Amino acid sequence: MARNALVMLWERFKPAFWDADDPSEPGVDGGGFNYRRIWKLVVLLVTTVSVVPLLVITFMDYNLNRKAMQADFVYPINSLLSNTKLSLASFLQQRQAVLEFIVADHSLEELSDEFFLHELYHNMKAAFGGFVDVGLIDGYGKQLAYVGPFDLKGKDYSEQDWFAEVLDRRVFISDVFLGFRDVPHFVIAVKRICYDGTIMILRATIDTEQFFNLVQSLNLRATTDAFLVNRQGVLQTPSFSHGDVLNEISYPVPPYSDVPVIFEIEDIRQNPAYMGYVYVENTPFIFMVVKQQQEMMRNWWRLRMEMFGFLLISVTCIVAVILTSATVLVRRIYEADRKRSIALHTVEHTNKMASIGRLAAGVAHEINNPLAVINEKAGLIKDIFSFSDKYGQDKKLLSLVDSILMSVERCSAITHRLLGFARHVDVQLEQVDVVQTVRDVLGFLDKEAQYRDIHVSLDIQENVPMIHTDKGQLQQVLLNIVNNAFAAVQDGGMIAIALDVPQPSEVQISITDNGCGISPENMKRIFEPFFSTKSKQGTGLGLSITYGLVKKLGGLIHVQSELGRGTTFTVTLPVARAQKEEESANSACG
Amino acid sequence: MRILLVDDELELVSALAERLAIRGIAADYAITGDQALRMAGENDYDLAVLDVKMPHVSGLELWDQLHVLHPRMRCIFLTGHTSERDFQAGTRAGALYLLKPLKIEVLIQNIRQLLESQGKIG
Repeated sequence: MARNALVMLWERFKPAFWDADDPSEPGVDGGGFNYRRIWKLVVLLVTTVSVVPLLVITFMDYNLNRKAMQADFVYPINSLLSNTKLSLASFLQQRQAVLEFIVADHSLEELSDEFFLHELYHNMKAAFGGFVDVGLIDGYGKQLAYVGPFDLKGKDYSEQDWFAEVLDRRVFISDVFLGFRDVPHFVIAVKRICYDGTIMILRATIDTEQFFNLVQSLNLRATTDAFLVNRQGVLQTPSFSHGDVLNEISYPVPPYSDVPVIFEIEDIRQNPAYMGYVYVENTPFIFMVVKQQQEMMRNWWRLRMEMFGFLLISVTCIVAVILTSATVLVRRIYEADRKRSIALHTVEHTNKMASIGRLAAGVAHEINNPLAVINEKAGLIKDIFSFSDKYGQDKKLLSLVDSILMSVERCSAITHRLLGFARHVDVQLEQVDVVQTVRDVLGFLDKEAQYRDIHVSLDIQENVPMIHTDKGQLQQVLLNIVNNAFAAVQDGGMIAIALDVPQPSEVQISITDNGCGISPENMKRIFEPFFSTKSKQGTGLGLSITYGLVKKLGGLIHVQSELGRGTTFTVTLPVARAQKEEESANSACG
Repeated sequence: MRILLVDDELELVSALAERLAIRGIAADYAITGDQALRMAGENDYDLAVLDVKMPHVSGLELWDQLHVLHPRMRCIFLTGHTSERDFQAGTRAGALYLLKPLKIEVLIQNIRQLLESQGKIG
């Protein structure tokens, strides 16, 4: 059904040239085009040169835009990572510095004093906040003094990992852990070796709330997950996607980097996301941001949609324009070609007729002479029989001779007619009365003039001489021009014909109408073959033939026209023909 | 009345001369222009019947020469080929222009007309 409808639509809009026969042998009749091939070639070529650059530019634009958009998304993550890392580092640095200052500034005895330590603890808490407790531990892991909400005095830490670490590294910052209190916290411990070799370690527990606030105060949206992990991939702060502290994250722990690194991953819900991380120096913490692409890329996707939409619409427009213009172009070529072949055919036909005419004239001429001999001989026989008694008046013989003579007469009638026919093909030069010729031509159009109420005026100067020209061709010239004038004027219009003798050797015929006129751009082309404004009726040959005829008669043709006001054709003909043309006319006769 | 017939076809002129003779018109014939001129020099002809198309010298040229010899002589052209130029050249000289083949009666009638008009003038 749909297929049938499509075929019907195609049949209806198919251009005429589509079914034109392919040229049988290219170049035989001077051209003949394969219109379908031209059409396909034009469409393909123009489409390629116009659509391909568009596609390339769109693709380049697409890539550029995508990169720019990605940079736009990545930059905030990057600065978030850097800023947060700095604030975390400075938070830890401050607390570490306080502890280092205290342990350096006081002796073991002073710090072992619980009251002193208590006062110190309150001062620290007031000044910096975030301290949960503080304790002094000696080189053997025994807690000498403790200030805090729990009773941990005298506790032995010598078996614990962090104690070994702080002995090694002077400063120790622990992971977040629950510890005895079942509250997430972490520990900073600093070590001092006194001049007498005793080791004292000041250990403070930091309230993670302040620490969490640093991360959570980033005012992140739900699609962004920012959290801290330690180097084993255990959560140090709560996370949107992984839950509470001390859960393990599902992403692998990335390699060490103290500058922000961002890469693409799939998040736990298999959505595309960006993961950014940075290691906080001298701590076990890694700050991580996981940002879903979906929301970030929404703008990008909209832009991409717009871009592809625009591309689709422009390609459709371009292709439509190309198809239309190629079809129009090839149709014009096809029509011009068809007109040309018709004209060629006409010319060929005319040539053939002229050849036949010349041949007939030659044959007639050649036959006339022997025919004359037969005529005279038979006549003589008849005379002998009629005038002398020698042979007696034999009726039978006389009738035979008569039938010979009659046949000769019939033959000569035929040859004379043939010669008369041939004479029309040759140029016939004679003295022609121009005035009478103009009147004759107007006689042809009398009826139309009456019918359409066209006023035809004839203004003839006195003493218009006879001119030496071809009457038939002059008639055709005048008929063509007057015909055009009739076509140009409205019903009730006016046509003025004037005969003038500007010089004794010239006769000028001007035909003026008050019709539609000719536009300047058409004016340049009116004598061109196949140019016609009478789209359907004209062959576009009338004026070009007229032009050729006037030239052949040794004359000039001139046009003046104003659009909407009217047109004047002026034909100037010589009274006597130039020698050269007369010769050529003669050779045509001989 | 004496007539000169000139045509390159011997068969044609001889038969024509004989037919005219039968009808009581004295006619000589020549088959080339030179021969015609020679005969015209020897005799005084009232009228010449000339073929337009002949080898070497055309009838029209021959007529120009004959006319010099005998200004009072009249002329009839015969032709197998109608051509506008020949026709105009022929009629311009006041001569008649007849097409081949023609009836002897037509020829004789034309001869008589020409010679009678001349007789009236003369």
